[in-house]
Amino acid sequence: MKYLKYILIGVLFGIIMTKSEAISWYRIQEMFRFQSFHMYGIIGSALACGIVITQWLKRKNLTSLDGTPIEFADKKMSIPRYLFGGFVFGLGWALTGACPGPLYTLLGNGISVYLVVILSALLGTYVYGVVRDKLPH
Amino acid sequence: MIIEFLSQTWAWYVSGPLIALIMLLLLWAGGQFGVSSTLRSMCAIGGAGKQASFFDYNWRAQIWNLVFIAGAVIGGFIAHQFLQNPDGIQISNHTVNDLEALGILFDGQLAPKTIFSWSNVLSLQGVIIMILGGFFIGFGTRWAGGCTSGHAISGLSNLQLPSLIAVVGFFLGGLLMTHFLFPLIFS
Repeated sequence: MKYLKYILIGVLFGIIMTKSEAISWYRIQEMFRFQSFHMYGIIGSALACGIVITQWLKRKNLTSLDGTPIEFADKKMSIPRYLFGGFVFGLGWALTGACPGPLYTLLGNGISVYLVVILSALLGTYVYGVVRDKLPH
Repeated sequence: MIIEFLSQTWAWYVSGPLIALIMLLLLWAGGQFGVSSTLRSMCAIGGAGKQASFFDYNWRAQIWNLVFIAGAVIGGFIAHQFLQNPDGIQISNHTVNDLEALGILFDGQLAPKTIFSWSNVLSLQGVIIMILGGFFIGFGTRWAGGCTSGHAISGLSNLQLPSLIAVVGFFLGGLLMTHFLFPLIFS
């Protein structure tokens, strides 16, 4: 079962995101209003650990379970792509109170109307794919 | 006892490192931590490759990520069913007051029920928040090539300048929406 491990990691992720309340619209409002350290603490400590993990993996040249090397590709440099694209996502993050991971986990929490948000996100991704040649990258 | 302990709000210094652990586990399993690409995969599976070459790629190699997010739904279900905090969530009084001034009453749920309900989907407010908001998420993450997981965690962990620019963009968008557009939307 090569997919079993992914479903288990996903379950753990869903529980963490729910119990940390990072999937909460209110928590995202607190964050964008600078009225609580909670979200900054989560992102900051995840990042601090992530940097250590990534540098360690890079130095050790470790392989994943299936034997392929764990590789980290550098992202191609651009300013408009990341700034404008990021800006548009930020508008949606504040409106919906969720980024893509939480969208799925909110469904599991029984807030079924987030299905509308997911379908709209699919439409947004689709429209991006159609018009991408006309956008600065 | 353990269930009660786990049912509290998990502190940031527990949650953050655990999210980094998720990134490590995904890398170890042969994947990577980046959730928004699942939206592209679903478009490709739906046949969008016929209309736009952006979706004409080997999405089968990305099935693991769809399995991962299926797990994220189940994880949300488990936490909701078995680890629910009896006190609901608690947020800063300042935020409660700010939201009240916009006409949004804090209800201790994950998201305000008055906004995120099926009966509100087709109101002007619902269209802006849920439909336009979702559209921005899908359009923006793909344009930027990643979301909070792919850029703010994976990319910044690998010290990528593009990810830093993306995260600055996330916050510029979020701050503009919260501080300047919310008063218009909720007036």
